Amino acid sequence: MSDGIAKGHDQHTEQSNHKKEMSRRQFLTYTLGATGGFLAAGITIPMIRFAVDPLLEKGEATDFVKVTEVSKLTTTPIEIRFQVNQVDGWVESNPELIAWLRKDEAGNVTALSPVCKHLGCTVNFVSTDNKYECPCHGAQYTNEGKNLKVAPLPLDEYSVKVDNGSVYLGQIIPNHLTSK
Amino acid sequence: MKSVYSWMDERLDITPLWRDIADHEVPEHVNPAHHFSAFVYCFGGLTFFVTVIQILSGMFLTMYYVPDIINAHSSVDYLQNKVAFGDIVRGMHHWGASLVIVMMFLHTLRVFFTGSYKAPREMNWVIGMLIFMVMLGLGFTGYLLPWDNKAYFATKVGIQIAETAPVIGAYIKEFLQGGPVVGAQTLTRFFAIHVFFLPAVMLALLGGHFFMIRKQGISGPL
Repeated sequence: MSDGIAKGHDQHTEQSNHKKEMSRRQFLTYTLGATGGFLAAGITIPMIRFAVDPLLEKGEATDFVKVTEVSKLTTTPIEIRFQVNQVDGWVESNPELIAWLRKDEAGNVTALSPVCKHLGCTVNFVSTDNKYECPCHGAQYTNEGKNLKVAPLPLDEYSVKVDNGSVYLGQIIPNHLTSK
Repeated sequence: MKSVYSWMDERLDITPLWRDIADHEVPEHVNPAHHFSAFVYCFGGLTFFVTVIQILSGMFLTMYYVPDIINAHSSVDYLQNKVAFGDIVRGMHHWGASLVIVMMFLHTLRVFFTGSYKAPREMNWVIGMLIFMVMLGLGFTGYLLPWDNKAYFATKVGIQIAETAPVIGAYIKEFLQGGPVVGAQTLTRFFAIHVFFLPAVMLALLGGHFFMIRKQGISGPL
């Protein structure tokens, strides 16, 4: 036990000897480095936080927009154009979006985004074929948006809310109709 | 850290390069630790320090700023009020702009009253005066950029003053204004001058300023 204490004591003196070995020059170098680093951080941290602000900004949930009445929909998709409010920094605009709406046999309203999942062209519903067809590379989708040809994924859909006979559309989400 | 440095140093021999720049004696008469009144010799370095802050904060401000009469004011309003630390970054540039002029003026006074402009340092005095003018130009062109009432009328008055210069006055006005009124063309022009032309000239002049002071040394004790 006394051995241990002696050992500890030895270590202690060794450490303080070691500390004394730091030269004046080294001390000044560290102090200057720390001061300089503090100053540089004080200047650059606000600027970096300023630059990465878009990454840290919370995206606001998209508002649901009323687009049509349930009574106007059938099992054949129809094209509906509607405007959403978009705030992009200091620019506020109302871009027009397109959705293809239908009511399935059970009466559920579904809305598909016509942006082709191949290379982003705008698809159209061709009622004679009962399919969505893309004019660019001939991608085809069923009326539920399931990809038949060319495209790697089914068409995205809008989140849909039905309230009091009116249809409201919100955010674009991955298709969940075709996975069933 | 140390091993990365020595790896590079073995291959590129960088130690003499930075030793040349950073390692030099500070004469006793300019060291505030010896004579406190020697703090007057700090003003040049402080001017440079604020200039570096101006360059950095200015670079970051252009991430949001648009030099266009429709969007300029709203983009400044956005970056100041909506972006995190926007008021601080813009504040640095705003207050730094005044501070750099103050520091430069004090530096000029020190050089003047210590007679440091005398031979063999006359050329460096001239370069310093050119830097002074470039700094004033930076202040003048930057003042328009927020595109608010103060900016607009200050520029209008400034251009009218320039117009009173004999013979070339009308041309200077035309050159600065870029169009029939202080407007769209003035703003883009001032922006280009503020962020590209004058900073480039300033950096070149600063290079010359520092090269000469290192070559000739700080002027001796009084």
